[in-house]
Amino acid sequence: MKLTLWTYEGPPHVGAMRVATAMEGLHYVLHAPQGDTYADLLFTMIERQSKRPPVTYTTFQARDLGGDTAELFKTAAREAYERFRPQALLVGASCTAELIQDDPGGLARAVALPIPVVPVELPSYQKKENWGSAETFYQLVRAFAGPQAPKPGTQRAPRPAGQRPRCNLLGPTALGFRHRDDVSEITGLLDRMGIDVHVVAPLGATPADLATLGEADFNVVLYPETGMPAAQWLLRTFQQPVVKTVPIGIGATRDFIAEVAGIAGVDATAVLEADDSRLPWYSRSVDSTYLTGKRVFIFGDATHAVAAARIAAEELGFTVVGLGTYSREFAREVREAAARYGVEATITDDYLEVEAAIAAQHPELVLGTQMERHIAKRLGIPCAVISAPVHVQDFPARYSPQMGFEGANVIFDTWVHPLMMGLEEHLLHMFRDDAEFKDEAGASHLGSHAASRPVEATPEAPEPVMVAERSVAWDPAAEKELKKIPFFVRGKARRNTETFASDRGIATITVDTLYDAKAHFGR
Amino acid sequence: MSAAAATVTSSTTGGCEDRPVLRERGQHSVFCGLTGVVWLHRKIQDAFFLVVGSRTCAHLLQSAAGVMIFAEPRFGTAIIDDRDLAGLADANDELDRVVTQLLERRPDIKLLFLVGSCPSEVIKLDLSRAALRLNRQFAPGVRVLSYSGSGIETTFTQGEDACLASMVPVLPQTDASQLLVVGALADVVEDQFARLFAAMGIANVRFLPPRNSGDLPPVGAATQYLLAQPFLADTARALEQRGATRIAAPFPLGVEGTTLWLQAAADAFGIDPTRVRAATDMPRERGKRALANYRDRLAGKRMFLFPDSQLEIPLARFVSRELGMQVIEAGTPYLHRAHMADELALLPAGIQVSEGQDVERQLDRCRDARPDITVCGLGLANPLEAEGLTTKWSIELLFTPVQGYDQAGDLAELFARPLVRRTRLAV
Repeated sequence: MKLTLWTYEGPPHVGAMRVATAMEGLHYVLHAPQGDTYADLLFTMIERQSKRPPVTYTTFQARDLGGDTAELFKTAAREAYERFRPQALLVGASCTAELIQDDPGGLARAVALPIPVVPVELPSYQKKENWGSAETFYQLVRAFAGPQAPKPGTQRAPRPAGQRPRCNLLGPTALGFRHRDDVSEITGLLDRMGIDVHVVAPLGATPADLATLGEADFNVVLYPETGMPAAQWLLRTFQQPVVKTVPIGIGATRDFIAEVAGIAGVDATAVLEADDSRLPWYSRSVDSTYLTGKRVFIFGDATHAVAAARIAAEELGFTVVGLGTYSREFAREVREAAARYGVEATITDDYLEVEAAIAAQHPELVLGTQMERHIAKRLGIPCAVISAPVHVQDFPARYSPQMGFEGANVIFDTWVHPLMMGLEEHLLHMFRDDAEFKDEAGASHLGSHAASRPVEATPEAPEPVMVAERSVAWDPAAEKELKKIPFFVRGKARRNTETFASDRGIATITVDTLYDAKAHFGR
Repeated sequence: MSAAAATVTSSTTGGCEDRPVLRERGQHSVFCGLTGVVWLHRKIQDAFFLVVGSRTCAHLLQSAAGVMIFAEPRFGTAIIDDRDLAGLADANDELDRVVTQLLERRPDIKLLFLVGSCPSEVIKLDLSRAALRLNRQFAPGVRVLSYSGSGIETTFTQGEDACLASMVPVLPQTDASQLLVVGALADVVEDQFARLFAAMGIANVRFLPPRNSGDLPPVGAATQYLLAQPFLADTARALEQRGATRIAAPFPLGVEGTTLWLQAAADAFGIDPTRVRAATDMPRERGKRALANYRDRLAGKRMFLFPDSQLEIPLARFVSRELGMQVIEAGTPYLHRAHMADELALLPAGIQVSEGQDVERQLDRCRDARPDITVCGLGLANPLEAEGLTTKWSIELLFTPVQGYDQAGDLAELFARPLVRRTRLAV
């Protein structure tokens, strides 16, 4: 039993719903108690889906438990088929139905519907949402593509001459972080390389489409969390190579192009040369100098967190001070990435641990999920969201992929805007004695009523975690000197000076201690 | 039950009220009783609600409550895992460990509710015994109570009923004559009612739930209780076991409902009618003026209410009698005939009352009727909007102060806004 106040992932049957809702022509009959229908609102409210998820719930109650819940399930399956006429039925149980052991798969077969029925068993008391998506997608792919599998040992026939290479895009689901736009971006990129997308799945695919997956030349796994088990099965069954590089960031996109070109046997030189992403130039532009060495803490699903770390370090010149994930299935990959940046990986699904890790690192930017956005807000640190779990804000009206060259442009803007613009920072510093730049002046875009900045709103407002460390005293002159430092860096200056003093056993901080610390920490 | 035994039966009720009620059993698109935690934890400010359940329970709570805005919310879930399912004695030890961990972390908590869920009930984890055990361990600093908010036992607002009913046995005893107002109300509404009762001359008025666990209202044979919410069947029964008697009344939604509700209390306490009028004339007229603003916009509009909170019948009565709206169907998850008797007596004939739900059939009826406004849950609202139907989220009726004279206009506005929005948009 584990005390949980908030969780990054839902139960595995919600993962199955993300697959079913992404697909067309599939209906999910879920053996579940009354109340589990709450999950519908994730899709209709967060993603603003205009259709109800294709899910029928048995919504059993206590009085049904004494009776025949199995019959209830069979009736629900029969009525769902008659009403929605899907190509196939997915059947399973939520956590409570798992305990009553009604065997939805067996019951659905007993109904003898004229369509295929795919049962999924998702152990609710061990596994979580992303695993549920991956397992459901894998079972669907096996069920529909399996009958088309060649005999073991059969070599793939070479591609007919003159036909463009074809690949499947695997992994995008409903409620995914920017999946809709990533699919468009990567489809466009592959097209420029002379490669066609055969099937995108699960997003937008029908069971009949899944049956043809084996016809493509290779598979691209956009989201390993949801797509990798299916891709590995396709590799074993159809000898379809798997492109594993996730094209988030300039470097990763270029690596992706190279990997795809190698597998597909196409020449990618022209596409690589035509790369018109603005990120590389914006990042080299002199106004970005102030980004150098910004301390960044990264947390999210494994794919987005690892990609973010590379972009932060190699493409924006940040210093990665923390890297972590809630995806325990990918802990190894995240630990390896963390080792490359010389940090200890934070592998946890307890947001209080993440909050403590962030507070301990004093980062200047947090890249995380919506939860880290709230943590960062509480700690007064700028933040950008890079990963699910999703929020209504993660479904922007505009086109905003994370993948490919356009995705890199989106990421540059999204991450840099929360930081104070470099030029502004210099100007504020130069003019800090001017009336409108004094500490009490509020942000100019907030209008006149924001004119007096409340002291506790400044970033130096001490967080509880730091109070305990504050064992050194400040000489009044040093305290006065500290006030001359612009408010947005004063908190850091105070902390650094105190650390410097306590490390050296200095009991009272003087003006000299302040400048000694500045010299010590200066970069 | 499920989409299963969905035989639509139309029957007439027994007793004095002869209204045909459509009873349905099929897929229920409703929240479970755990959802009540979302407003109850805000009402009782030193209470913590620990759901003993699954990851699904935790996910429901955070999806319904927008938990992230809290640094540490006063509710959480002890998530049962495989090891707990292996043996029950183990699960009890685990629960004790989680509660100890929680109370060490949160010394501000004075009242802890162990909230049962579907999984905890199916594995027969006895939370009432756990509460007794933990009570001995943590008394007197923390009181531990338990109730079930599971979907197999409770529908949405019945979670509040179960919570309040769990408090009744520990309420202090009193022999003094008093009025006990029962049901969570927004503090602002509670204060308004307290002022009105005082002005009417009912001196001893208490509210359940209290804002603080140290302020539990007493109860006894001279207590008369007045329900402020329509979904409190178990709480009412528990209060009657303590000797309290119910003051029958409609519910305080709208000007008329509020007047009849206050009047019922005044009659029970033998208050002179002129004194009641003196206390209520001004706010009642103010409420009517506020409603007049919306009556023009809403009169004649057709409304369809999906079952959700058990507020549907009082709402149907309010919008039809005070706003001139035409209600096609008022669905309720559960129809408590005794508590709803005064409401049903006021409800215009011709309104189809339905109890229970088969969501697919109900959606068919709703689409056929093409109402001007549909009151429904969050899972249905956007899909119906996409079909061209205007909707109002029913959950807002629980999170917004809507009772009493000074909120009557706000309640009407909740229904007017989606219609106004439709007329404004040219896209």
